[in-house]
Amino acid sequence: MDAFKTWLDRSGLASIAILAVLLLVVFPLAMDSFRLNLVGKYLSYGFVAVGLVMLWGYGGVLSLGQGVFFGLGGYAMAMFLKLEASDPQSTAIQSTPGIPDFMDWNQLTALPLWWEPFNSFGFTLFAVVAVPVLLAFIIGYAMFKRRVGGVYFAIITQAVALILTVLIIGQQGYTGGVNGMTDLRTLLGWDIRSDEAKTVLYFVTAALLLASVLLCRWVQLSKLGTLLLAMRDKEDRVRFSGYDVSMFKVFAFCLAAALSAIGGAMFTLQVGFMSPTLIGIVPSIEMVIFAAVGGRMSLVGAVYGALLVNFGKTYFSETFPDLWLFLMAALFIGVVMAFPNGLAGLYESHVKPWLARRKGAAAKAGEPPAGTPGEAGQQASAPASSSPAASHSTQAVAADGGLGIGTKVSSQSA
Amino acid sequence: MSNTDFVLAVEDLTVSFDGFKAIDSLNLYVDRGELRVVIGPNGAGKTTLLDLICGKTKASAGSIKFKNQEMTRLPEHMIVRAGIGRKFQTPSIYENLSVFKNLEVSYPRGRGVFGALGFKCDEAVKAKVDEIADMIGLADRLELEAGLLSHGQKQWLEIGMLLMQDPELLMLDEPIAGMSARERELTAELLKRICRNRSVIVIEHDMEFVARIAHKVTVMHQGKILAEGAMDKVQSDPKVIDVYLGH
Repeated sequence: MDAFKTWLDRSGLASIAILAVLLLVVFPLAMDSFRLNLVGKYLSYGFVAVGLVMLWGYGGVLSLGQGVFFGLGGYAMAMFLKLEASDPQSTAIQSTPGIPDFMDWNQLTALPLWWEPFNSFGFTLFAVVAVPVLLAFIIGYAMFKRRVGGVYFAIITQAVALILTVLIIGQQGYTGGVNGMTDLRTLLGWDIRSDEAKTVLYFVTAALLLASVLLCRWVQLSKLGTLLLAMRDKEDRVRFSGYDVSMFKVFAFCLAAALSAIGGAMFTLQVGFMSPTLIGIVPSIEMVIFAAVGGRMSLVGAVYGALLVNFGKTYFSETFPDLWLFLMAALFIGVVMAFPNGLAGLYESHVKPWLARRKGAAAKAGEPPAGTPGEAGQQASAPASSSPAASHSTQAVAADGGLGIGTKVSSQSA
Repeated sequence: MSNTDFVLAVEDLTVSFDGFKAIDSLNLYVDRGELRVVIGPNGAGKTTLLDLICGKTKASAGSIKFKNQEMTRLPEHMIVRAGIGRKFQTPSIYENLSVFKNLEVSYPRGRGVFGALGFKCDEAVKAKVDEIADMIGLADRLELEAGLLSHGQKQWLEIGMLLMQDPELLMLDEPIAGMSARERELTAELLKRICRNRSVIVIEHDMEFVARIAHKVTVMHQGKILAEGAMDKVQSDPKVIDVYLGH
């Protein structure tokens, strides 16, 4: 029993199970279809945050352009849905029926060749993951092989986010421009705007997100996860132990891109549109804030971060629309300065020891007088005594410079 | 350049930083099973020489042949895989990982991305970790977080991490810096045991320690080799006394 408990604790499965119950049981029971759909939308950002935990928390590489991959996944899905919504009957009033409405408005008279494959749902599912991963591979390979890292990498990813939005807005006839792709209706004939569809899509999103968390946890527990942590700590030592450090970073970047893209596709399905305003520089930075608030070392924490910040965003942007951006920025700075490991870090350093102390006290109180109080005391003190070690490692991560990129810069210039 | 029996043959090696020649057409040959110590005043280019051999710095000219294979154009990880291990001046270990994990990560299997994903810590790995941990005197500290080790133990751990890879050439940059007298003694014994089946290059300042371990000593000065030979011969060389030992 105790062995099972330590295994649960080490693998982190207990916290994932709690998250699963919350997402699959508590939320659906407590919320109506409208709010559940809202949570589903937040959860699609959870994919990005989970990817950032792998890339930023574990890999030590901060990307300020995850919106790019979120967008590519989202747009791939939107293209399929848009084609399905543009059958000749419903577009009969256009001068060229059968092509998406924005193409018709932009004097296109035939579907562009590169749109054709998106008639196939199978290809679309493949493209949702493959296109962002390919782009991440190209950017990652080019950057990491040249030892570009830290702030420079962050700036370049941000530039990519800008380029993509400019490209989408500029190529209105092919992409729907600044309005994005709107009026998406059905998925393989199934109306995605109905309440029932939204509930189903919520469960699909939640299940996929939990699967992603499990996948990432598996990666973290593998040697690759150890190597990512080792690289963040002593990159040269890993390199001079015979590892091609750059390829491990490329892998982390591709993994984060794939997760973001799945999130983007689920976003499109649940919200019913995709637009460049959702994927540019500001949304990309917001995605980093989700991971930072939740805790960049914790997969589960990142999901909570995405949920909380988005709840806050919805609430505050309705109540104080002008103040929201400032609040968001203050939140980010506050988190990075005051608790660099986010909510999950606070849990590890404060709540866990407190729980252990309480448990110890309860065990003592419940002990029959004839029992062995010494043993109960020992049991209680064991988890409590592990707390200095936990806070020690928290400090160690904190010391690597709030954003976790300070050390990278110095090692790069050396 | 012809092939040789040397495990390492460095010929006409030059590297210049903005015109300053840190290493100036240097030749160095290391035999199989030899323990070579490189000494020299600060700024002589000792660490730069190791950086060049392990690929951390790229040579401006010249050749570095390891077992007759040219190393100057290989990326760092390929040089390591060829069989050259390098220990850095300050102990370079993974502080947040346990001693066991530090050694396990250094095991030369599963070095690619997908190899690392599928890597399993099987009996062979455990046996190797135990063997090395025994050798470096950390067998009873395997579960300890490496950051909590003493300075000397960290140095040993890094040497152990290199031994996990069974390199044919091991390069150690000031392995006893900051060690107590007792730790120095243990390190000397460790080095003697290590070089039984591999070549070792050590950079060191402590003359007493050098005399205890060296087979052959190379004295560097201003990027060039000033003298080479047995310790007592080198020590009595007037040129060496002039630039280094006399100070």
